[in-house]
Amino acid sequence: MQKSNIKVTILQFPGTNCEYDTQHAFEALGATTEIIWHKSESIPNDTNLLVVAGGFSYGDYLRSGAIAKFAPVMKALTQYANKGGKVLGICNGFQVLTEAGLLPGALKRNESLHFISRHHHLKVINNDNVFLEKLTNSSVVNIPIAHHDGNYFINEEGLKELEKNNQILLKYTDENGEIQNPNGSIESIAGVCNKEKNVFGLMPHPERAMESLLGSDDGVKMLQGFMEV
Amino acid sequence: MKAIINISLKAGVLDSQGKAVHHALDSLDFDGVKDVRVGKQIILQLDTEDKTQAMTEVTKMCEDLLANTVIEEYGIELV
Repeated sequence: MQKSNIKVTILQFPGTNCEYDTQHAFEALGATTEIIWHKSESIPNDTNLLVVAGGFSYGDYLRSGAIAKFAPVMKALTQYANKGGKVLGICNGFQVLTEAGLLPGALKRNESLHFISRHHHLKVINNDNVFLEKLTNSSVVNIPIAHHDGNYFINEEGLKELEKNNQILLKYTDENGEIQNPNGSIESIAGVCNKEKNVFGLMPHPERAMESLLGSDDGVKMLQGFMEV
Repeated sequence: MKAIINISLKAGVLDSQGKAVHHALDSLDFDGVKDVRVGKQIILQLDTEDKTQAMTEVTKMCEDLLANTVIEEYGIELV
């Protein structure tokens, strides 16, 4: 893959377990990467994208992502996001960003109460953002999900806001793009962004869908959106 | 003084655990149950005896960390 001049910084909390997959995925796309520890009080200056990787930060005690939001690095992350820096939260990273109030809504326990780990189809709802601009609206991708608390909730008013501002990124569907909801998530939502469209969160793992030999390489199309400055 | 904090999902937010427990009670023939909500209880041992101060402090703890007010509500009891 062609080398790009994009720098991806990946956060690591105690309990994070997707940081190396995420690093591998972005390096495969040509990015330079750096993993930073949760005690870091600043974000590297040359960062083009900050990723909060998946896992079980601080054991997910109390609630998923609840304790991580007070980590020293989160102050720097919030400043970075408020200045317009791009932030991507995957799985536990999505939970951390909602707990920190950088993304609207919350992630509840899956409706079935089971941990779900399998490939799932997702439909692109809004591509007018840097993350999904390489994909067309209504196109369907196949990406692994692996979570216990992926049941997205937002109140009615909040949902209207999301719809009005095109903040819903992805919905869980079947391979034909018909709604199929694995976890009880409201409106079958799998990922959202903030109003300013620089903070993104999703439960599915695009970094685990980089090789067709391993089930799907649809993650390439998704993460490629971040490979331009 | 002790603070007993009860946290549960807000009314209107589907409580899957509560539903599962309700279903289990039904199947054991406890049919007098109208609704089940499952929550959590956090007990804090405080070093103050001043109730007003304790209530202010514990409320802040709930708002900042102990409850996620997007989906949860909390009640505080001081004993």
